[in-house]
Amino acid sequence: MILHQLSVFVENQPGQLSLPCRILADAKIPIIGLTLADADQFGILRLIVPHWEQAKALLEKAGCVVKVTEVIAIEAKQVPGGLLEILQPLEEAGINVEYLYAIDDIGESSGAMVLRFEDSAAAIQCLQDHGINTSVIPKLVKELG
Amino acid sequence: MTSFPFENRIWDAAETLDLNNLQKLQVERLRQTVERVANVPFYKNVFAREKISPDSIRTLEDLRRIPFTTKADLREHYPLGFLAVPREKIARVHGSTGTTGKPTFVAYTHRDLELWADLCARFLVAGGLRAEHLVHIAFGFGLFTGGFGLHYGVERVGAGVVPAASGNTERQLMLLQDLAAEVLVCTPTYALHIAEVAGKCGLNARELPLKFGHFGGEPWTDEMRAAIEESLGIFAFNNYGLSEIIGPGVSGECPARTGMHIQEDHFIVECINPETLETVGEGEEGELVFTTLTKEAMPILRYRTRDISRLHHSPCPCGRTTVRMERVVGRSDDMLIIRGVNVFPSQIEEALLKVEGATPHFVIEIDRPTSLDEVTVRVEMHPEIFSDEMREMQALRNRIDREIHKITGIRARIELVKPETLERFTGKAKRVVIKSQP
Repeated sequence: MILHQLSVFVENQPGQLSLPCRILADAKIPIIGLTLADADQFGILRLIVPHWEQAKALLEKAGCVVKVTEVIAIEAKQVPGGLLEILQPLEEAGINVEYLYAIDDIGESSGAMVLRFEDSAAAIQCLQDHGINTSVIPKLVKELG
Repeated sequence: MTSFPFENRIWDAAETLDLNNLQKLQVERLRQTVERVANVPFYKNVFAREKISPDSIRTLEDLRRIPFTTKADLREHYPLGFLAVPREKIARVHGSTGTTGKPTFVAYTHRDLELWADLCARFLVAGGLRAEHLVHIAFGFGLFTGGFGLHYGVERVGAGVVPAASGNTERQLMLLQDLAAEVLVCTPTYALHIAEVAGKCGLNARELPLKFGHFGGEPWTDEMRAAIEESLGIFAFNNYGLSEIIGPGVSGECPARTGMHIQEDHFIVECINPETLETVGEGEEGELVFTTLTKEAMPILRYRTRDISRLHHSPCPCGRTTVRMERVVGRSDDMLIIRGVNVFPSQIEEALLKVEGATPHFVIEIDRPTSLDEVTVRVEMHPEIFSDEMREMQALRNRIDREIHKITGIRARIELVKPETLERFTGKAKRVVIKSQP
């Protein structure tokens, strides 16, 4: 399923991460998934949250620079080789993964992988061709409100 | 026939004097000025030392015999040691903000104020101002010469003034929208800030009723002019002045916009090499030196401005015969010597504007932990250039680094910072922070 991920520019300094977190906390918006990419002096905080449009507006109002990126969430079995099942067909088709991170605990024994591709359409096609379910993840939908 | 964006109107016939008549007028006025300052203690000493008397000033060449006056001389004679008229003749006092301690004061007689308004009217009219316009002035009204200088210049033309002063940009936008001023007067940095705030308030700054802008008070670049014209949808004109000479009105652009015409019937300009103090050739870079010819309260001879520019005497299609100065690229005392290379903050600005989308909000930090200077340029992030991908962010940083290197020849550490973490400037920009001296 396609998700709207919020990316927030953060300076690499103590206290910079807590600002966006506090804004979301005050608005009672939970963080479903996140990852922090860091360079030497700045970072990009990537967030999956419910009500992303509202969250984006709140963050921007507080002076954050925010970008919306479409990413793909795919259910992955929480067993050895679970991730490999998804990656192998992509690798064979020569489709590049820009970045990925995991959202834990969305099912009995599965998590969700959040993936960003250079070419999302080609990636989805490839995964579907290999029988991998790229459609809506009901549990995640519920969490995202 | 050159086509101008609007009718080229000349305020004062003196702007088109032929060289012969201009020089005759200059010599005559220079002699009168020397006479007027003969009782100012500073000049009295100088004249005695150099054996100069008003009678000995017969040609413009004779001016070279007079030593330079510097900012330090003015400071030494704080507060009004350069006054050439009795104190009761003072009609107004202005001052330039000193970076350290006390300001440098300048005084005006009633006639000086009349002259000042006329000089501002000259460049305002050259840059499109007409009696039917309304002018929004977002300069500080205070000791700073910008606000009052332009105010009376606009009134002299017969146009209307909105004395908005500086600060509270959202309120400024309300005034611009509701009162529908056609002309904006402020610093170039603040003009860009207005456009930026308009965008944040969901306004299209291009849809404001503004048609022209007259900007000055700090050095700026052609790239910055393009950015202002694009974001506000206006014609932007450059003007120049400094309080020690009179304030704004020393020079300003005509519709040809190929340099600022210096009001030579009231000021003599020279361009010198700041190190050797020798006059530089036509069109060569150097420090501007001004001599006032008609000021009463505080005439000044051969004042070293520290402003770096170039002079051009070639004819201008607008018909004005006065010499033109290029935009000021920097101040000889702002000039940074970084690992032996001369760098002006305005060059960093130019580089940032060349990198697509980079906003010109930046601070240069120089750290001198050892003999090798470390330079950091802190640039504000902007929603348009922020990317979710680290690769693109690094590429942006590399582009900024390359552009700065291309223009200045130095390598700087580029830091991307959150927007609006750097101070906004309504007066003169303070763009350089020296962290530690060796």
